[in-house]
Amino acid sequence: MAKIIVVTSGKGGVGKTTSSAAIGTGIALKGHKTVIIDFDVGLRNLDLIMGCERRVVYDFVNVINKEATLSQALIKDKRTKDLFILPASQTRDKDALTIEGVQAVLDELSKEFEYIICDSPAGIEKGAQMALYFADAAIVVTNPEVSSVRDSDRILGILQSKSRRAEEGKEPIEEHLLLTRYHPERVAIGEMLSVSDVEDILAIPLLGVIPESEAVLKASNQGTPVILDQESEAGLAYTDAVDRLMGEERPLRFLEIQKKGFFKRLLGG
Amino acid sequence: MGIFDYFKAKRAPSSASVAKDRLQIIVAHERSKRHQPDYLPQMQQEIIDVIRKYVEIGSEDVQIQLENTDDCSVLELNVTLPEQN
Repeated sequence: MAKIIVVTSGKGGVGKTTSSAAIGTGIALKGHKTVIIDFDVGLRNLDLIMGCERRVVYDFVNVINKEATLSQALIKDKRTKDLFILPASQTRDKDALTIEGVQAVLDELSKEFEYIICDSPAGIEKGAQMALYFADAAIVVTNPEVSSVRDSDRILGILQSKSRRAEEGKEPIEEHLLLTRYHPERVAIGEMLSVSDVEDILAIPLLGVIPESEAVLKASNQGTPVILDQESEAGLAYTDAVDRLMGEERPLRFLEIQKKGFFKRLLGG
Repeated sequence: MGIFDYFKAKRAPSSASVAKDRLQIIVAHERSKRHQPDYLPQMQQEIIDVIRKYVEIGSEDVQIQLENTDDCSVLELNVTLPEQN
């Protein structure tokens, strides 16, 4: 049985797809067979972030409608062994996803994969609810900013009431907070909510903190998941988050302001 | 910026702590509503309509609260009637 992990947030633009790509890649790098599914029907973007946009032939909706088999639609990642992508449909509307259709695809994937990452669309409508319905665990991507935190709390309410686990009265979905676009400098001067502020409000366990990093845009420009950039703080922070997801202990890093040394300042580094 | 401005700026709460306070209030408010059944707002409206047949009240004069304890739920209805003239 595969573990199904939804990457969700309520609010758009907080880093769901970036995080799905990074975490999916990170899990596969540990040798677990992983598939990342793009649930954003009509606005697919995971393919671009993963750099496989030109290899999309069939998509998730084609498989649900039995117009293609899963093996035809799955795209094998070129860089990372054990990693596959199931792209969203670009043209159809969100009603194309049905509970039965999604369940059939997840059941089939479960036979072959250890981890299924569901990259949720923004919002709390059908597409987002479909992405989280079958989840065993949820990664709630949040920016240290009021609207994102509030929307994360909304999505936590939906995870606790509208998922299959909730409806069947099973053990609740495992919840993980992933704080992204974090500026330690702005936190230090009281301009941004701190990690502990957000933890206090949302009251769910912290999976990781990803600092704001130029590497994220650079990685998406190139279609490479940022976790592969092991020179960047964001890449290392995602690696830590994946380790924690797998139950390893990793101290938080990149939360302190880095003081530039004299020479670094002199040389403009 | 003069020295007095400096002290004034120090005293004002940081924008992050304002954000945290606002979030704590709104999130607590929204969580308390989350466990209400979906029919509650409509029921509240219908109760108001029934009372209005007899007394003139505004929608804010009726408070409905659903409290869940371990083995029972209590529906508390508070109607503020206007003063009699």
